[in-house]
Amino acid sequence: MKMKQLSVFLENKPGRLIQPCKALADAGIDVLTMCMADTEKFGILRLIVKDWQRAQKILEMAGCVVNVTDVLAIEVPDKPGGLMGIPTLLEPGCLNIEYMYACNLKSGMNAVMIVRFDDPDRAIKVLHENGVNVLKTISF
Amino acid sequence: MSRIEPIHPDSYADFLTRDELARIQLARLQENVALSYAHVDLTRRRMQASGIKPEDIRSLADLVRLPFMEKSDLRDTYPYGLFACPMRDVVRLHVSSGTTGKPIVVGYTADDLKVWTSVMSRTLSAAGVSQGDIIQNCFGYGLFTGGLGAHYGAEALGATVIPISGGNTERQLMVMQDFGVTCICSTPSYFLHLIEAIEATGSGFKNLKLRVGVFGAEPWTDGMRAHIQDRAGIKAFDIYGLSEIIGPGVATECACQCGLHVFEDHFLMEIVVPKTDQVLPDGEEGELVLTTLSKQAMPMLRYRTHDITSIIPEPCACGRTLRRIRRISHRSDDMLIIRGINVFPSQIEAALLKVENTLPHYQILLTSKQGLDQIEVQVEITEKMFRDRVSALEQLQKKLTNAIEHVVGLRIEVRLVEPQTIARSQGKAKRVIDQRTEGSEG
Repeated sequence: MKMKQLSVFLENKPGRLIQPCKALADAGIDVLTMCMADTEKFGILRLIVKDWQRAQKILEMAGCVVNVTDVLAIEVPDKPGGLMGIPTLLEPGCLNIEYMYACNLKSGMNAVMIVRFDDPDRAIKVLHENGVNVLKTISF
Repeated sequence: MSRIEPIHPDSYADFLTRDELARIQLARLQENVALSYAHVDLTRRRMQASGIKPEDIRSLADLVRLPFMEKSDLRDTYPYGLFACPMRDVVRLHVSSGTTGKPIVVGYTADDLKVWTSVMSRTLSAAGVSQGDIIQNCFGYGLFTGGLGAHYGAEALGATVIPISGGNTERQLMVMQDFGVTCICSTPSYFLHLIEAIEATGSGFKNLKLRVGVFGAEPWTDGMRAHIQDRAGIKAFDIYGLSEIIGPGVATECACQCGLHVFEDHFLMEIVVPKTDQVLPDGEEGELVLTTLSKQAMPMLRYRTHDITSIIPEPCACGRTLRRIRRISHRSDDMLIIRGINVFPSQIEAALLKVENTLPHYQILLTSKQGLDQIEVQVEITEKMFRDRVSALEQLQKKLTNAIEHVVGLRIEVRLVEPQTIARSQGKAKRVIDQRTEGSEG
């Protein structure tokens, strides 16, 4: 249940977000969730959208460099210590997380985390074995 | 001048009459030409091609008949092709960066080192340094000519030398204070860095005995000088030199700080129109061309420095008869001098090509900060280079920086930029964007 995430390279300068955001807005692309990673010199805008292939084309036509990555959307109980309820997620040596961020949509009573694992296929298997729900889609 | 300049015996040559000087120059020029003709294939072939024999050099005016030499000649004859003496007589080699890939090699005989030491003693002497002074020499020791050149000149003068080289700011400050340092030799950019560190200590300059700074190896403005002198309470002198000719010690300022006296008993100077053979009269601005008069290992004839300046014909108030050149304002080629290191855009391109398979779009951005050149290399990111992970991109930046350092010998900041942000003009990108401000603001 891998999900496609679009990553866009941005220079760390004021006004750099306008171009990709405007391109997506003009094309009527619905952004489901997004996050920004930033360093001193550059940033990476990460987006989960409904129609990623179309969104990729639109961003590239707008002059952006786009990278497509597999991420997993996993359900996490929406309560204090919810993440701790998924032992395999945080335990050392079990799964290797590159990064993660929260999704602003909920799946029933659960929160949704977007996670990039170094090995998503193995992560799906391990998470399933431990009864963690990996979502097919977050476009609900 | 409040202080009477102590005159080191070597400095008497600074005060010869112009007639005496001309006699020495002609004798040495004839000797150099004969030596080059006999032992340097490149020079002999070029002189033969233009139908000149060593005996045709009968007066200093005949200098213009000789062919020019270029930096590319050093590269083309790498490593020893311009040496005029057997290798057994060469006692020292120094290396500096060439235009691409291969560096250039310069050699010295024992007598060459004596000359170099002497012109550096005269340089420091002109800056008011003498026996009793304690010199902190921050010029790099090693392949770069700055460190050892200043070192031997200072020792011969009878001064105390601390061969500290660059780096380790904390130790520099400790030495400066505890050892009672009176004179510092460094690049102006490094001294500016030290000023900031000294000011950050709280006690500032009041516990220091520093009174003289001898700065060179990179261009700096008059505004920068005023800034250094005001903040550090010292007198700051500009010195000029280049490895191909001897290293530091080609020209220096005196107490008047009004142009640099060229050590004309060892180096002949001309000013020419860049890219042509046309020699310009004194006072007119053009490219500085230098001829060595006493170098044995690697005599140079009419070497095009690409440094733009003019000769100041009027005599100097200090009494030196050596003519002066104005401080170097810019260059006639695309060579950049950053923190004392020669950098060519072609070197940066070659380095970037080694990291990525395809030619990345890049540009070199030059800015000035307090009168000093700052450099940044911007590389446009491509689909192939872009990774979703921050660490991967930081690693790429580091890889590019390392590749440039490997070729240029200098850590230059690399910034990844968005595609199409580097301006293209008719398909050809402008590689160097010069945003340096002209003139003297600090």
